[in-house]
Amino acid sequence: MPEQVALVPFLILAIATLGGGVMVVLSRNVVHAAFWLLEVMMAVAGLFMLLSAGFLALVQVMVYAGAVSVLVLFTVMLTLRRREDAIRSLDLSWSAAGIALAVLVAAAAAIASFTPTLPAAPVVTPGVEAFGRALFTSWALPFEISSVILLVALVGAVWWAGGGEK
Amino acid sequence: MTVGPVPFMALAAILFAIGLFGALSKKSAVMVLMSLELMTNAVNLNLVAVSRFVTPESMAGQFTAAFVMVVAAAEIGLGLALVLALYRKRRTVELDHIDELKG
Repeated sequence: MPEQVALVPFLILAIATLGGGVMVVLSRNVVHAAFWLLEVMMAVAGLFMLLSAGFLALVQVMVYAGAVSVLVLFTVMLTLRRREDAIRSLDLSWSAAGIALAVLVAAAAAIASFTPTLPAAPVVTPGVEAFGRALFTSWALPFEISSVILLVALVGAVWWAGGGEK
Repeated sequence: MTVGPVPFMALAAILFAIGLFGALSKKSAVMVLMSLELMTNAVNLNLVAVSRFVTPESMAGQFTAAFVMVVAAAEIGLGLALVLALYRKRRTVELDHIDELKG
């Protein structure tokens, strides 16, 4: 595991993340926005790799890039009657921009006043084996609860989206 | 050349603001859900980055991010199912046209 986070890969992935995020919001075509969202997910997975969170990067690619973007694309295509319906107006509102900017300024102030107590270098980050060992020992209860959450979401999604008896 | 936690936190804050702007301004339900995913990713990035730099041995941020992913996956699944159900009833996904509480 690397002990430092290099600058150049961070800059590349940061530009990919932010550019993709802006393109998600600024795309006129909903399908294009979904593909830009996929690009943002992949870039964030790269950032997880950079932060030596290899397992989370894998989960990010599998869950977000694999499942969520396909789900979004399916929904987009099921709710369009014509091909032209994918093109929309940009829907940009000044009040939303103001709220987002206010949140950004508040977060920037919080970050500026953040003085981390960094541990003395060199830092050796634990790998996937330590992650799994801790997940099934000290984090076992949240793990079980999250499986129940997924089951409830699964049943609820089938119930809502199916609804065959009507 | 190395980076510390602050650039990661700034990146996550900007990504969160972009997602918030999209979630508040978009009028298509699917676009709002996509913007919510952007915000979730920003939160996860922040959690992992701070965990990596401040408490790398305990990995608490990584576990929290994993559970956030579970909840986000459940949320997007339920949200898109709800969009499909609304589309079947109303033939639209425009949030401006879905403004009644009556079924």
